[in-house]
Amino acid sequence: MMPLISIEDLSFAYRDREVLHEITFPVEGGEVLGLVGPNGCGKTTLIRCINGMLSPRRGRVVLDGRDIRNMHRREVARAVAYVPQSAGNRTTATVFETVLMGRRPYLNWKVSPTDEEKVVEALTLLDLEELALRRVAELSGGERQRVMIARALVQETGAIFLDEPTSNLDVCHQMGVMEILRDLADKKGLAIVIALHDLNLAATYCHRLLVLEGGSIYSYGAPAEVLTEDMLRSVYGIEAVVKRDMPAPYIVPLRRGCLESGLKPARSSQ
Amino acid sequence: MEQYISLYEGYARLKRTRAAFILALTFGLVLLIGIAVTLGSADLGIGESYLAILAGLFPGTFSAPDLAITIVWDYRLHRVLFAVCAGFGLAVAGSVMQGILRNPLASPFTLGIASAAATGASIAIVLGAGVAGGEYLIIGNAFLFALLAAFGIYGMARYRGIGSETMVLAGIALMYLFSAVTSLLQYVGSSEQLQAVVFWMFGSVDKSTWPKLGIVALVLACTVPYLIYRAWDLNALAEGDEVAAGLGVPVERSMTVMMLIASLITAVIICFTGTIGFIGLVAPHITRMVIGSDFRTLLPASGLTGALLLLAADSIARSILAPQVIPVGIVTAFLGVPFFIYLFLHRRDA
Repeated sequence: MMPLISIEDLSFAYRDREVLHEITFPVEGGEVLGLVGPNGCGKTTLIRCINGMLSPRRGRVVLDGRDIRNMHRREVARAVAYVPQSAGNRTTATVFETVLMGRRPYLNWKVSPTDEEKVVEALTLLDLEELALRRVAELSGGERQRVMIARALVQETGAIFLDEPTSNLDVCHQMGVMEILRDLADKKGLAIVIALHDLNLAATYCHRLLVLEGGSIYSYGAPAEVLTEDMLRSVYGIEAVVKRDMPAPYIVPLRRGCLESGLKPARSSQ
Repeated sequence: MEQYISLYEGYARLKRTRAAFILALTFGLVLLIGIAVTLGSADLGIGESYLAILAGLFPGTFSAPDLAITIVWDYRLHRVLFAVCAGFGLAVAGSVMQGILRNPLASPFTLGIASAAATGASIAIVLGAGVAGGEYLIIGNAFLFALLAAFGIYGMARYRGIGSETMVLAGIALMYLFSAVTSLLQYVGSSEQLQAVVFWMFGSVDKSTWPKLGIVALVLACTVPYLIYRAWDLNALAEGDEVAAGLGVPVERSMTVMMLIASLITAVIICFTGTIGFIGLVAPHITRMVIGSDFRTLLPASGLTGALLLLAADSIARSILAPQVIPVGIVTAFLGVPFFIYLFLHRRDA
């Protein structure tokens, strides 16, 4: 079966600095794909290339069999939804209106009852009915993130891309957001692509991980295959133990010198 | 199921509030137009004024004394309507700029457009140099310089791809530059020229005529419906380039077109009125506090708020020291600032 989105041999450069180098991978429906890698490895740039905000220097992004360069912006927005990092921080509108904005790719001016129905559906699904008429700016970080996901949902796309949706959230809300996203993939068959920093969160909720290092793919596969001590050493430059006796691999980073001293914390660096 | 109903009901209520607000503003504006037309040295009642307006519009159906018709149509109505159009346009331009630049301080003034117009006017007044002659010497210069500033800021933005914060900073920098040029011209000008420049910068609708009103009204009629039609793009842009792009908005093109339209509206108004500050900054804020930030209703509503504010200010300016007329640019701040602060302190979500 053809993947929902295929990224083929994609390279991107800001002026003469190459940020992404020959990236190829598929995005499949019903799957949560985690994009991981250190700061500046090109995660955000990659997402921006896929939804057409940036034009790649080489290679292409194929959506439903079509190169997105030949698609109208509105068409892309009907196929791929994007939740940028810290989205909603400066939204002054109410929750209802913010979510309604997700209908923009379908609207000219007038809002139809169908549009409103879709908004209500999404608000109900994400448990936001009570907050519908509050202003987004008044909400907590976790609630705000749910509003952003609701907006992506009413865009009725096959894929949702999220850039660090869990940053600034406590562990309980991080898990809440990830549960919702995993559910959307499992139950609605959506493709969810998330740029993430927290590797343990990624291991717990993602079907697959794509590790980026310096703009190239270091590895791609199931969390158990990808999250290895070797990867952590060469991509992140840290020593860590990957525990495999749990449902998902669990990474315990070690302080410098821990390995030599037999896994005991180093007292001091002399 | 009950949840569904209450959700729809809640949103429907919000829509009703907006419709009611716009309706109330329209009603208030029509009423104030009638009152404003009665102001002046010749004594006309509200009824007489309305009748004279109607008699001019439908000569067969309504009749009024010739004198009343002459006073209203030749002297007062164009001024009143000019204040309405100017207030409307400045407020719409301010809303658009605040939305696109995502900065509550953005307005024709903070972006340097108004001080550029003042420089253009000063060059005409002090040096007598300009692009047009006669009556349009000052107006032509002010218009040209205002657009020049807008293009300057936008050119910088395009050239280096700078963000909205930098654009506001660049605008403020330009404002200082143009103010310096204007100061220099005032310094070298004669005392009469200095007075003319200062008076121009106060801002007033004294010099309105039917043709000038026609020009402003035409520009508004051509641009405001387009801006309202593009309200969803403005809604999305107000949240950021990335959100807007993700929703399918052609970000750069939309921003360029809308900034240029907002600049054109500003330029065509202030070239006739001089510097009328504050309306473009505050009318959008007042409106947003009452009915929220959906541009589909925000644009017309803040236009009406601006029109009402400017007309009220002009009416007070004409009557408070009558027969002396205070420049309206002075009164707008006196009237608007306390109102603005009151709203700030009493708004629901404070």
